[in-house]
Amino acid sequence: MNDLIHAIDTIPFGEMIVRAECADERAVREILRKEHRDRWDLAVLLSPAANHLLEEVARAAADLTAQRFGRTIRLYAPLYLSNECVNVCTYCGFRRDNDVARSTLNADQIRSEARYLSAQGFRNILLVSGEHPKWVNQDYLCEAVRITRELVPQVAIEVQPLTTPGYEATVKAGADGVVVYQEVYDREHYASYHTHGPKKDYDDRLLAASRAADAGVRRLGIGTLLGLAPWREEILALATHAAHLYRRFGQTEISFSFPRIREAAGAIEPRYQVNDRQLLQMMCALRLVFPDAGIVLSTREAPSLRDGLSRIAVTMMSAGSRTEPGGYEHPDESEKQFEIEDHRTPAEVTAMLASQGIDPVWKDWEEALHG
Amino acid sequence: MHREDPLIIAGRSFQSRLLLGTGKFASHQQMAEAAEVSGAEIVTMALRRVDPGANQGNILDLLDPEQYLFLPNTSGARNADEAVRLARLARAGGISDWIKLEVTPQPSHLLPDSVETLRATEILVKEGFTVLPYMQADPILAKQLAGAGAATVMPLGAPIGTNRGLQTRDAIALILQEAEIPVIVDAGLGAPSHAAEALEMGADAVLVNTAIATAEDPVAMAKAFRLGCVAGRLAYLAGRPAARASAEASSPLTGFLGES
Ligand code: SF4
Repeated sequence: MNDLIHAIDTIPFGEMIVRAECADERAVREILRKEHRDRWDLAVLLSPAANHLLEEVARAAADLTAQRFGRTIRLYAPLYLSNECVNVCTYCGFRRDNDVARSTLNADQIRSEARYLSAQGFRNILLVSGEHPKWVNQDYLCEAVRITRELVPQVAIEVQPLTTPGYEATVKAGADGVVVYQEVYDREHYASYHTHGPKKDYDDRLLAASRAADAGVRRLGIGTLLGLAPWREEILALATHAAHLYRRFGQTEISFSFPRIREAAGAIEPRYQVNDRQLLQMMCALRLVFPDAGIVLSTREAPSLRDGLSRIAVTMMSAGSRTEPGGYEHPDESEKQFEIEDHRTPAEVTAMLASQGIDPVWKDWEEALHG
Repeated sequence: MHREDPLIIAGRSFQSRLLLGTGKFASHQQMAEAAEVSGAEIVTMALRRVDPGANQGNILDLLDPEQYLFLPNTSGARNADEAVRLARLARAGGISDWIKLEVTPQPSHLLPDSVETLRATEILVKEGFTVLPYMQADPILAKQLAGAGAATVMPLGAPIGTNRGLQTRDAIALILQEAEIPVIVDAGLGAPSHAAEALEMGADAVLVNTAIATAEDPVAMAKAFRLGCVAGRLAYLAGRPAARASAEASSPLTGFLGES
């Protein structure tokens, strides 16, 4: 059996949650003093006791973030290629049984969206798409990467899981990053939300990041959608996934995202709400266990929360995002994947960062690093 | 400080023994102020961060190229080939043909790869670059890099960004004993006392970024590091007793015994 699947399927959740529930403040403080922390420590950092000590935990996390990443935050922008999709993920506005305006950008449209983002200052673009074998196939994706790379040095993709040769082709086309969230690590919940289409295959999705790393992808983004399953277990599983990737692919940079589900047209309401305080707690906990991991924050969160989180553990942010294909040049003509909460322009977001003593970093990549 | 005690790298002479990394500051303005106060004459910056087309300017825009030597680094390179490509880019872009070589295959800890660092040094020296390699505190490797034509060696004190000080003290002492090129302690120095300690031992200079950039008051910390370096160097020149153990004594205590 595959190592990663085995690792995920044998997480001792019961004992870990007991560890978290029994932890007292002394246990939390002891972990804050440690130099290296493991997943049992993570469980304690996700405990009610740690939540109670959140100010102390956040200070430790903020210090560690500053040490490793400096007083900087990297900026990126998503570029939606297509909202065609053959899957039904019941939380998503693009699900195939939703009757919404669909579109797929052609080469000229991709170029003009990328040019728009580049003019705003972005040097790091995330190409996002629904899954559609006809409209968004391997050739299309490679072409999209090539076009975008003509305008910015750093391109990642957030699309359906590809095969290893598929990832190799995108690396060759110029992508250096792959983002593929498991969405829900709990298998039963996973099955209940992913009802039709290739995305029903949990294992294939779980192994996608490993295939990407095998193919030479340098930056991996993994994550879980908060609101779909109990959050402590989801974060423990995410950490197990990361620990596996760190062990197997030491050369790869890993970043975490855990967006909270937002309402979208024709999608379900989240069943397992996570409040702001818990969101901060899990960010701090992951920072303290994975000092070098990136933590990504999208415009799904509200401005005041984004401003606060950016001082503690976040290393990468989007700004001024549109979540519909063609949305930068032609807003509101297609259906959005979800509603964003932070509508500030990139200039406003960077001004906010500067006012908090954070240097916004637009470019952190060089063509010459493409192997 | 000492007009008569310059730091000489590749034939160029510097008064300051503190090199400043620019990557982690809260703003370009703050970095420029810290640089001024630190007295540094060499500032490093990551080539991958340089963006000629940037809307919001580059980190070094506020620094006077007459006052500072800009030393681009190859951070992000995982092997010699990537580092060499970055260095060529720096030269082609007219940035510099001095290169701080960093080859760090693993993004966690950012430890330098000795084999690839040596290989990149050989290639770049042949191409006429002035190469300052970041390296493990390894005395044998230091000799090999010097033999390959490196302008300095830059052993780490502790892993980057850890602020743990001279964890590699004993190995650095061995490097210093035999070094024929300047030894600059790079990475891990968390406090001015660490910088002073390195210079007291006889290191030629130190490079600091995290400890200054992420201090509550980076400008004040830059000053503290400047003074730490001055104190450490003075102590070294004054012949601190412990340091003398490995240096040549000016008048041998056992000279009266004569040759036997
Ligand atoms: S989450 Fe992705 S795969 Fe699922 S319906 Fe939405 S676009 Fe399709």
